[in-house]
Amino acid sequence: MDFGLSEDQVLLKDTVHRYLETECPTTRVRSIMESDDGHDTRLWRGLAELGMPGLIVPARFGGSELEILDLALIAEERGWAATPGPFLGCAMATVALGESDSEDAKAAWLPRIASGEALPTFALGEKVGEWDAAKLEARVETTPEGERLSGEKPLVPYAGVSNVILVAAHDADGPGLWLVEGDAPGIEVTPIKGNDMTRRLDTVRFDSTPAIKVASGRSAIDRARDVGLVLIAADSYGGANRCLRMTAEYATTREQFGQVIGAFQGVKHQLANMATDLEPSLSLWWYTAHAMDHIRDKAERHAALAKAHLTDIYDSTVRYAIELHGGIGFTWEFDLHLWFRRALFNRSYLGGSTYQRRRATDLADW
Amino acid sequence: MNLSYSQEYQDFRQRVRKFLQDNWTDEDRASAPEVDLQTVRGAMGGGVRKDARATEFRKKAIASGYMYRGLPRKYGGGEQPPDALEATIIAEEFKRAKAPFEIMGQGPSMLAPTLVEKGTEEQRQKFVEPTLLGQILWCQGYSEPGAGSDLASLRTSAVLDGDHWVINGQKIWTSNAHEADMMFALIRTEPDKPRHDGITYFLIDMKTPGIDVRPLRQMTGEADFNEVFFDNVRVSVDSIVGKRGEGWQVSRSTLKHERALIGNASLARRTFDGLVALAQVVEVRGEVIIKDPVIRDRIATVEADLLAAEYNGYRLLTLGAKNEDPGLAGLVPKLHSTNLVYTVARLAMDILSDRGLCAPGEPNAPDMGGFSTAYMWYWGMALGGGAPNIQRNIIGERGLGLPRDARK
Repeated sequence: MDFGLSEDQVLLKDTVHRYLETECPTTRVRSIMESDDGHDTRLWRGLAELGMPGLIVPARFGGSELEILDLALIAEERGWAATPGPFLGCAMATVALGESDSEDAKAAWLPRIASGEALPTFALGEKVGEWDAAKLEARVETTPEGERLSGEKPLVPYAGVSNVILVAAHDADGPGLWLVEGDAPGIEVTPIKGNDMTRRLDTVRFDSTPAIKVASGRSAIDRARDVGLVLIAADSYGGANRCLRMTAEYATTREQFGQVIGAFQGVKHQLANMATDLEPSLSLWWYTAHAMDHIRDKAERHAALAKAHLTDIYDSTVRYAIELHGGIGFTWEFDLHLWFRRALFNRSYLGGSTYQRRRATDLADW
Repeated sequence: MNLSYSQEYQDFRQRVRKFLQDNWTDEDRASAPEVDLQTVRGAMGGGVRKDARATEFRKKAIASGYMYRGLPRKYGGGEQPPDALEATIIAEEFKRAKAPFEIMGQGPSMLAPTLVEKGTEEQRQKFVEPTLLGQILWCQGYSEPGAGSDLASLRTSAVLDGDHWVINGQKIWTSNAHEADMMFALIRTEPDKPRHDGITYFLIDMKTPGIDVRPLRQMTGEADFNEVFFDNVRVSVDSIVGKRGEGWQVSRSTLKHERALIGNASLARRTFDGLVALAQVVEVRGEVIIKDPVIRDRIATVEADLLAAEYNGYRLLTLGAKNEDPGLAGLVPKLHSTNLVYTVARLAMDILSDRGLCAPGEPNAPDMGGFSTAYMWYWGMALGGGAPNIQRNIIGERGLGLPRDARK
């Protein structure tokens, strides 16, 4: 038994950490955040050279064929650095495509995704707070010209800059997964002004848009969603850990009443409580990410529990971090609100904590 | 990361099953006490079989490497490399077979590893194995009326008189002193030295003349802990562990084991499993309460945190096997696990609702009042081995690099 990271995993994590520290400090986070499309292609290419978008792509399609845990370690580092960009949608789309039945679609897209040349995204949820593939209204009709997709997806990551969209929809046989090219006719993309402008979302309307069915049933869709849940959990740990460490650092330098504030037990104990909630949660998402590849019968339920738990902790950690910083923590100039906004995104996207726990209890044997 | 129950683990499970079939018969099984909701305290050492048959069985289980796996064979341990999956398999199979398992509590879990680390060869030979087998019951003489969280201010003293130490003073909150055979204690031997340097670690036979044990009732209503008075108690010079005046360092070793004992997630898991079982039988408005969406949400909330505690335990085992410093992961479990037990017990009390008014042992309660015991026993765990705010100081100072409190 071994419950730890391999040397290669530690190396991967350190490499991404150092790259983001150098290439994407919060000054750059802010400039990307304030740009029109929120996507910095130079940063994306740099990360692609480190192998990020191809990490879980099979070797025969030009990827590294690594595991969800490896991908989650990158999510943790992106959470730590508050890195903006289309990582999450790209990862879910890559999983969905990888799990699909269409060798043609894989051969056409996966090599370009792995190299960073093409960007995919994933369109699942429709009504507020519902991410169940059984409850979708987007429909695909078969016409003499081929399959045509119609419907609305209100929360699609970076649809405006994506070259291909993997869409969960229904046809006469029930749920399935369709591939839509980004420049296909009948697509209308409307950007959403979000609280977290480091992860952009668009509303996408499809009107008789040409689509290719790449998977029947919901298994590819569910797996992509579960990977999304795990990556959000890992991102939440990274962001919460950054907030905890920043605040501990601040408490050892900021002086009031003639001493550093970390010497006051009121401050020290608040930080200790934050660490007590946060530190064990690392092992929950490690286990869950590992389960995605190796303990599949536990993966779905764990992904729901881990997402709920980690995003709740992210929320409380960043809240106390701001509180302990005092007035400076409430300013635009100070960086803490970057993580606060990401915590908001993580908590809501793919369904909130109560929704995830309801799913987890429905999956329980009691 | 490798958590697979590979063939090697499946073979291991078969070996454990075979061992149990051969050594713990149906007849033995029938005579073993049932494990149920009332045995929350059992996990901390109560209600465990220590009769001759159980001892004989434990000796065989230790020899086969199924118990006390962290302690060396030559002192009566099972001596196996740390492996959480093997440990899980052993716990599952022994539970299924209703077979006696490790005796927990302060002797086996705290003193025995301390003696292995710091004791003389003679002390190890004399005490470790009988302690593991439950033949010597220990109590811990640390706290005093004026020395609680600030343990180094203790005043019970020992003065050398020929080849004996003469002990005078008082200990308090001494769990199980009324039934213990021996006490391990911190006692001041060098009154002129600075606080931490003047303390020695003693092993004291509780039958020595001059020792007076008086019970103290805790809030559960039971009297598991005591005051212990020493009036010119004479013990031989070789009753000390480590060197004279180095008792503080020895006690750090014991305290580490105590926090690991309390920080272990297994009690929280047992309490949680009891909670789920309870929620499946308690009915509200004609339906079992586990169907209630609010209760379901609260159960899932605490379950996620419990899983985090269990997997953090896996992580600590792996770090320990690699001799790596666990940092925060090793500092938080005591506070985290006791918080969990409290959260689970409180939820159980909510599920019981007005049935939670029943005291422990009340036959009309669905849990025989077991959860109200757990609800109160939380404090025994939270306060034992250092009150929660002492833990928070340690986490803040050693784990997060915050400055030490001003102290005199």
